[in-house]
Amino acid sequence: MEEIKYDIKDYKTGQPRWCPGCGDHSFLNALQRAMAELSIPPYETVVISGIGCSSRLPYYAKTYGFHTIHGRAAAVATGAKIANSKLTIWQVSGDGDGLAIGGNHFIHAIRRNIDINMLLLNNRIYGLTKGQYSPTSARGFVSKSSPYGTIEDPFHPAELAFGARGRFFARCVAVDIPATTAALKAAARHKGTSVVEILQNCMIFNNGTYENLATKENRAKNAIYLEQGKPMLFGEHNECGLMQDGFNLKVVKLGQNNITEKDILIHDAHCIDHTLQLKLALMENPEFPVALGVIRDVDAPTYNEALEKQIEEITEKKKYHNFHELLMTNDTWKIE
Amino acid sequence: MSKEEFTIKEIEQVVVRFSGDSGDGMQLAGNIFSTISATVGNNICTLPDFPADIRAPQGTLSGVSGFQIHVGSEQIYTSGDLCNVLIAMNPAALKTQIKYCDPKGIVIVDSNSFKDSDLIKAEYATMNPIEELGIKQEVLQVAITSMCKESLKDSGLDNKSIIRCKNMFALGLVCWMFGRNLDAAENMLNEKFAKKPQIAAANIKVLNDGYHFGANTHAIASSYKIECTDKKEKGLYMDITGNKATSYGLIAASEKSGLELYLGSYPITPATDILHELAKHKSLGIKTVQCEDEIAGCASAIGAAFAGDFAVTTTSGPGLCLKTEAINLAVMAELPLLIIDVQRGGPSTGLPTKTEQADLLQALYGRSGESPVPVIAATSPTNCFDAAYMAAKIAIEHMTPVILLSDTFIANGSSAWKLPDLKNYPPINPPFVKPEMAATWTPYQRDVKTDSRYWAIPGTKGFEHCIGGLEKDSKTGVISSNPENHQKMVLLRQTKIDKIADKLPELKVIGDQDADLLIVGWGGTYGHLRLVMEMMKKKGKKVALAHFQYINPLPKNTAEVLGRFKKIVVAEQNLGQFAGYLRMKIHGINIKQFNRINGQPFLISELTDTFNQILEEK
Repeated sequence: MEEIKYDIKDYKTGQPRWCPGCGDHSFLNALQRAMAELSIPPYETVVISGIGCSSRLPYYAKTYGFHTIHGRAAAVATGAKIANSKLTIWQVSGDGDGLAIGGNHFIHAIRRNIDINMLLLNNRIYGLTKGQYSPTSARGFVSKSSPYGTIEDPFHPAELAFGARGRFFARCVAVDIPATTAALKAAARHKGTSVVEILQNCMIFNNGTYENLATKENRAKNAIYLEQGKPMLFGEHNECGLMQDGFNLKVVKLGQNNITEKDILIHDAHCIDHTLQLKLALMENPEFPVALGVIRDVDAPTYNEALEKQIEEITEKKKYHNFHELLMTNDTWKIE
Repeated sequence: MSKEEFTIKEIEQVVVRFSGDSGDGMQLAGNIFSTISATVGNNICTLPDFPADIRAPQGTLSGVSGFQIHVGSEQIYTSGDLCNVLIAMNPAALKTQIKYCDPKGIVIVDSNSFKDSDLIKAEYATMNPIEELGIKQEVLQVAITSMCKESLKDSGLDNKSIIRCKNMFALGLVCWMFGRNLDAAENMLNEKFAKKPQIAAANIKVLNDGYHFGANTHAIASSYKIECTDKKEKGLYMDITGNKATSYGLIAASEKSGLELYLGSYPITPATDILHELAKHKSLGIKTVQCEDEIAGCASAIGAAFAGDFAVTTTSGPGLCLKTEAINLAVMAELPLLIIDVQRGGPSTGLPTKTEQADLLQALYGRSGESPVPVIAATSPTNCFDAAYMAAKIAIEHMTPVILLSDTFIANGSSAWKLPDLKNYPPINPPFVKPEMAATWTPYQRDVKTDSRYWAIPGTKGFEHCIGGLEKDSKTGVISSNPENHQKMVLLRQTKIDKIADKLPELKVIGDQDADLLIVGWGGTYGHLRLVMEMMKKKGKKVALAHFQYINPLPKNTAEVLGRFKKIVVAEQNLGQFAGYLRMKIHGINIKQFNRINGQPFLISELTDTFNQILEEK
């Protein structure tokens, strides 16, 4: 059968109503590009979201969509995938939806390794409720609900995902459309729960939160694009790199202290042990560059595949395969 | 007593109650006795009554577990008020259970377990329990533990395993008392301990020894025979609990609808057995997911429904609270979803192992907004099958969440059930979109007859669409906050549910059609109310029963039926939730209430007294 190629237009519908300049616009664009490049038919693609600004996204994707309730998108997506494992499911949540009210579903979907793509749009703020701090806001963050600064520490989404035994974690910046598209495609190709953290700006309530990563120039200085099998180099002219230093990482300059490319760590997203990957994911400015790209990508049995396999095996083993045969497995007696 | 004097008396019915420490195996002994009684054609009804703790301290009052079985030659409606035979394996059981024993009954105790230390653990003030409790019944002191030890001294089993078999000695003795053949019991034990043949053999040996002990010593003056006089329908029968019947109803609905069964659930007493039952049947393609919480149980089921499965979530009161918001999503998205609430004593953690009917208003109204949901209540252990099947049919064909109410009493209780033939059950037709609709279809386009929308599941080409919890335009299906549209959609969702009444069976009145008193009940109290009605009729009282299975919508003739009777009493295990609901639905109706909310099934005597009193009132 000839493979049908889909165009980005095949995945576009409606007129997004996010604020001008919101990171959701460019993210939507990247997602639709990824969908077109993956060319999974729109009718076999499902976008499931919770509640929040970014959770409006299913209305703008010309696929199957379900705008559910606050925090529960991962649970709804889990049921949909188990009902029909042929579907490609994109679950969209913001930092509040995914990590606060939906934190339990977030970690358990990852632990089960259900084959869905969890897109976590992290703008470190509650936008739709007009400006309260979120579970990813930094300690001391001043917002309408924390006028004197928050007195709690934020989650690092990567740390949570890894703690829940996450097998795939990627990070990208919403306005960086090519890299975001690439991360989304890698997430879709990964079998199991893929978590993609998308760093995005909120123009209205948290403008500039990712100023350090907002432009190409800033990303060159402040971020590192990790690529499988490639040395961990960054900087405007790839002049910097990462090396191991005891149990830690350190930033080095090539050419200084006789350091050459050979001394630089090579990125291995497929390494089962996540120690180094977690170190990379937790790097923060100014001491370190922020890690972008696919940080972890490890194969493991998925829940939906394991369930299908179990059904197959038990079907083979048991002698009853319909309701009547089930009835007859019981102790019965006859009244004549 | 010589053998010549020994008699076998024929009786119509008997109530036996096994009680002991929660680790004494009383549930197993009771289960076997009820099954073998059913196997010979008697009617049965059982009531397991166990503590919420898995293993409360041994020998203490809080650790007593009981299992009551009502066996009869004719139709049995309840598990019986008071037992004729009480087996008390220790002093704690005797102390807590003697109140359930008929003054003319027989009490069998394990005399080995009445040492001073046992009495102290059970908080006796004196060392003479019979006198202290003022027991008038005939007490049979049997050295059960020591005979059990003697029986198995050459078995090679350790002491602990030997003592575990003592429940079988008591069961053997009871089997002798009621002339029960042990074959069926032996088969059940062999099956239960299939992987431990040594344990099976030990249990069977003690069972036989208990039986022979009764026969050889003529432990009581006469043994009893319960004839099978009730002309039951011909066919194959099995003993089934309400929770198992519910599970089977779901499996049947899945087969008839051609939809795969998805269960999203979180363990909670007393609903968990449905999860256990369905989890076993992977060879029927059933998908059960033990979720991270109650919300995920419901939300994942909604996801499965969106993707085209017959989706179910099971719970009890506290879990229903948690699922509330998700149920509203299913109301708004108009997706088929079956929520099963096996009610227990509430509020909060309440009485996890006791029965109650107090979630009715929560099921009907416990959601934000105008959120109509069909509510159906199962009326007996075996009716759980039909109720689950019909609840599934309504959910699927009308694209709506449906709440099925069961309760601890019928969920754990069992009775004999004629194996159903699915050919006799109505078809279930999922309202899928058809390819020719694609050009003009919108997500909230409705079937004119039922007002329900169509089901377009992902994977179907040409029907890509987005639904969700936000209000949608009735025509286009896009988000709308238009005032007129919202009013229209609220009404449409209500009308859709109201229209289900067109398909429901009419409310029937059992008993005197011109009764002086109409007894009204709903759900799991059917057996008790039916028995009371029959008993009062036999005494010449003009009474009738109208028992509701369909609560929302109500059967169409409800107002007309209730309007025919001068005196109506609504009996329920809450403070009057159904009575209040009827008053709201039927203008000007005058009804009396009987409400008991003590975690136990109704008592026949109490119902009879109350209803007689109402009859006498001017």
